[in-house]
Order: sequence, then structure tokens, then C-alpha cells
Amino acid sequence: MNRIDKTFKRDKVFIAYLIAGQKGLDYSFNVALSLIESGVDLLEVGVPFSDPVADGPVIQRAMNDALVRKVTILDALELIKRIRKYTDIPLVLFSYLNPILQFGYNRVFKLAKDSGVDGTLIVDLPVEESIAYVLKCKKYKIAPIFVVAPSTTSGRIRQIDKHAQGFLYYACRKGTTGMKKDLPADFAKNVRLIKRNSKLPVVVGFGVSSRRVAKKIINIADGFVVGSLFVDKISQGVGSRELKKITLAIEPRRKRKV
Amino acid sequence: MTKNLVNKQGKYGNYGGMFIPEVLVAPIKELTRAFNAIGMSKRFQEHLAEVLRHYAGRPTPLTEVKSFSQAINGPKIYLKREDLLHTGSHKINNALGQCLLAREIGKSRIIAETGAGQHGVATATACAYLGLDCVVYMGKVDIERQSPNVAKMKLLGAEVISVGSGTQILKDAINEALRDYATNFDTTHYCIGSALGPHPYPEMVRIFQSVIGNETKKQCREKFATDPDVIIACVGGGSNAIGIFSPFIAKKKVRLIGVEAGGLGDDLGQHAARFFSGKPGVLHGCCSYVLQDDAGQISETHSISAGLDYPSVGPLHASLFDQKRVLYTRVKDETAILALKLLAKTEGIIPALESAHALGYLLQQGKKFNKKDKVIVNLSGRGDKDLPQLVVRGLI
Repeated sequence: MNRIDKTFKRDKVFIAYLIAGQKGLDYSFNVALSLIESGVDLLEVGVPFSDPVADGPVIQRAMNDALVRKVTILDALELIKRIRKYTDIPLVLFSYLNPILQFGYNRVFKLAKDSGVDGTLIVDLPVEESIAYVLKCKKYKIAPIFVVAPSTTSGRIRQIDKHAQGFLYYACRKGTTGMKKDLPADFAKNVRLIKRNSKLPVVVGFGVSSRRVAKKIINIADGFVVGSLFVDKISQGVGSRELKKITLAIEPRRKRKV
Repeated sequence: MTKNLVNKQGKYGNYGGMFIPEVLVAPIKELTRAFNAIGMSKRFQEHLAEVLRHYAGRPTPLTEVKSFSQAINGPKIYLKREDLLHTGSHKINNALGQCLLAREIGKSRIIAETGAGQHGVATATACAYLGLDCVVYMGKVDIERQSPNVAKMKLLGAEVISVGSGTQILKDAINEALRDYATNFDTTHYCIGSALGPHPYPEMVRIFQSVIGNETKKQCREKFATDPDVIIACVGGGSNAIGIFSPFIAKKKVRLIGVEAGGLGDDLGQHAARFFSGKPGVLHGCCSYVLQDDAGQISETHSISAGLDYPSVGPLHASLFDQKRVLYTRVKDETAILALKLLAKTEGIIPALESAHALGYLLQQGKKFNKKDKVIVNLSGRGDKDLPQLVVRGLI
């Protein structure tokens, strides 16, 4: 069984997102280790992009910080390779389409496989445009992960389900990434709708930044994603000890792996 | 012929498409259905034509500019006078079309991006006319260089939001507008100002702007009993160009020339000439030629003209470039200013800096044309908005 499937079989899944090269690649590497040591089960590594239209200001500023340091998708893959040496948790490459196109699907996927990437998510590639991408994923045995939004219809969820592997990422609110206090009212209803139309595990992200919300999510979904909160803390320059504290404070499951 | 330029997925050959986050798929598909069912209906098209005639001031004249032609020792030159439209540019054609459509499908709020401010003013005007709320996103740099248009938008009741992220110009304003749209699409229509963005925008904007080309064709038939020999237009996103080119694309005898912003020079970051040093890529929902670095990060651009200062270009232009159907070339800032001054002195017409790039091409190449050639230049806008900036910088 692959790493992603294995992880979802075991327990509810705590996913963290970081941006490759925010505050430098070494910093990102240390952040990744801190997150993994404090119980994160799956790590998403974001490739910085100059025009991240699906992201809010926190992530846009952080990406900009990485771009000032000339971080590329190749650096992100190199970072994943370094992380892979230390861990067996699933690692997902998270990117906008254009940086991938410029190096080409072949080169990116070959490097991704060699670096130990288990899945990829391309933010601005809806299922309609994804034929070539899904074929490459199959060839390199990397899971193509797709986003479902509140506006996604049940017919469309089934269409996405035909191509998706690993898990579905439910971006639980309209708009962009960023920290929010609570979940939208239609969140539980929509997770159930997704589950009726797909057998894949469903994780919930977009605005998740507290233990209370994480707990609500894992009551009905298979996992939760914390992104902007970590990115924001990193932009404030927190060290690994504090990052571990923040991670443990969100951790909603009783069993804590240390 | 032009009907078959695009396929059902919104592809013009290898370009176009719908590269957007999942959250935007539902509203974009709703818009596609509404455009096909309502926007393309005879009733809607007739209503729009009526509004364009009585409110926007169509048809616009075709003006021969003999003194300008003499001054550059050029061919017979005619200007398609989109500068005479209400709000001062061709942008009103598309803004009225999209806002009428938005109102019909029950949207009460319109958002728009703007570079030169012309599309912002046109949208704010259409919203005031049709009773819709209007929010315009504009880069901080553009707000500074196009101040008269900012004042106009506010007077028209629009909220103008200054975008301070990224390069603080048109592309960043589009980023912010897309984020707003992803949040508020239940009530809001995003009125994109150029023939780009995800499908159906490039096709919708092309159709709303093709009124320019259709009129030009009719006027040429009346004036010369034939098609023109050459059509020249400036290309930012490329809406005025695609509008005037559209009915002539299938007419291979008509030479089509698109002029991009050559800016200060040929280095990346100094210009906005996508067909000079751009590569195919994906930005703002569509695949086209994009100015970018080797790692796929979008480049900074420069043009004295805010309306041409954009790193990508409409996908149909990309396809026409590959097919070599349109000759794409570039004109620098300084030449555009010379052309602006020359047209003002010889003809009493002050062109927008954008349109001055199309005239700048004639300034440089005009004497190489056959003297009998009938050349149409799309004078897409008037230059009032540019004067404060040009005066302050001592350029005129």
C-alpha cells in the first residue's frame, strides 16, 4: 500500500502546509522536521508563485519572500528530497500550473518521483484541463489530488472522483486561503455530499487554525489542513520549539504521537 | 468563419482554456451558459446595439488623416474613432455588454480591474446607467499615473480599491478581482476588460468588441467599395485589436498588424512585448504567451501606457501569432509620445498613449507602405487621461 492510503487507514490525518523557501530553504527544512516531530501526518510543500490567485495575503507575502530568495520548483523538490530522508510520512507537492509547465510535466514528475513525492495538487488545474497531468501521475505512480469547493456539484464531484487518487481536498469556503475563527454553516452537509459521491478520504482546509475547528472537522471528515496559520507564524520568525507548541495545541486527537 | 475560431472548451488552437481554482468553476460555467443562451440571443444583441447607439455614441466615424499621412510620407490613413465614444475609449462596448448580461442574470454587484483606468471608467459608467454597484481594482502605480480616471470613477459612484501587492499594476489588480470574485460570485459579476481570462471571457469580449470591426467593414465598403489593405491596432490584453480584426481574420488579403509596448528597451522587465520574448504559459485562467523567467514566475513589465503594461495577451492573439495571420511588432515609449504629439499637431486629435503605439508603428514604417494602400488605425481611446502624467514628467 502507498504512503497516502496507509496514513488514512491508520487514523484521522493532520496535514500541514508550508511554502518552500519562506525565510530560506534551510529554515523550511527545519520547519518541516518540527512539524513532523510534533505529530503532523502528511506534509504539503507549496511552490512559491508570483501570482497566487487562490491564496490570501498571508500566503502571497510568504511566497514573495521565497521568490526574493529565487526559490524555484526545483528547489522545492530538492527540499522534499531532504525531508524524505528523515521521514516516511506522505509528502505532497502543491503548486500553481505555470512553474510546472515551464520545466515540463516530464521533468517535474521524474524529479518528484525521485525526491519521494507521493501526491501532487495543482491549484489552478480543474479536472477539465487535467488529462495530460493525470496521465503523468499514473506513469510515475504519484497521486493526483483534486480540490472540491462549496460550489462543486455532486455530478462534478463524481467526475473529479474518476481521476483523483489519495484524497479529496475540500476547500470549505468561498474565496481564498487565510485564517478564520469558525467553519461555514454548510460545512458538514457538504462533506456528507462529497462522501456520498466519492470513496476517497476527504480532508478539510481553508481557514483552519484552532483545535476546536480541527476537532469539529475530524468528527465527520478524514483529516484537516492547517496552512495560513503556520505560514503566518513562520513569517513572524517563530523557532522550532514554538512551532511544536502551536502544532500540539491544535492537535485534536487524543492519541499523540511524539 | 470567425464563429469557428474557438472550440467548446474555449481553446483557440493550443491557447485559451479555463485554468482556474475549483471554487470558480461553477460561476464561470454559469456565465458560459448565460452568455450562450442570453448574450448571443437576437433580443439581447438588438438591445445592446440600441444602447450602444443612443447612449455610447455608435457608430463611430472613420476619419481620414491626410496631414498626418503627409507628415510621415505615408499611405492613405484612416482612424477608427473609438476615442469619440462615451467615456473616451472602446472599453464601453464590452462594459455595457457584460453589465447588461449581468443584470439579466440577477447580479447586483460588478467588479472590474483596470490598468489605464479606461475599463474602470467604462464599467463604472455602465453600472451607474444600469443601477448596479461597482467596485474597481487598480494597481497603486496605475492610480498615480492615471489620476483623472480615478476621480471619474469615484464621481460615477464606484469604489476604487488600490492594489498594493506584487508589481502594483494591471496584473495585480486582476489577481485581487479574481479573489473578490471567488468570494462573492453569488451576487457579483466580474467584468473583465480585455479579451483574456478563463473561457468564456476571451470569446465574450471578442464578440462585444467586434462591433468595431463590423462597422469598419461596412464603412470601408461605403467609402472604397472594398476592404482596407491594412489594419493596425495596439495590443495590451488585445480587446480593441481583436474587435477590429475579427471580421477580417478570414479575409487573407487584409494585412493585420498588432503593436505591443516596446517600453524602454528589449531586456525582460523593460517592455510588455509578449510575442517578442514571451513563452506559452498560464496566467489568469488562460494559456497564452506570457512574459516570465525560466522558472515560470511572471515578469515585471514596463510601458509608459498603463493599458499595454501586462505580461500576457489574449489567447486568440497567441493563436493568430502562431498561424502568422497577424504581424505582431513593438513600439517604444518614446516613439509613442512622438506619434501622440504629431497627431495632435497635424489633425487636432489627441490619442491615448495606448493607441499612440499603433500610430508609432506608422511613424517608423509608414514610408515603406504603398502610397495607395488604405490603412485603418484603430484609435482605441483619447489621450486626456494621459496629459497630467506627461506634463508632470516634462514629456510634452
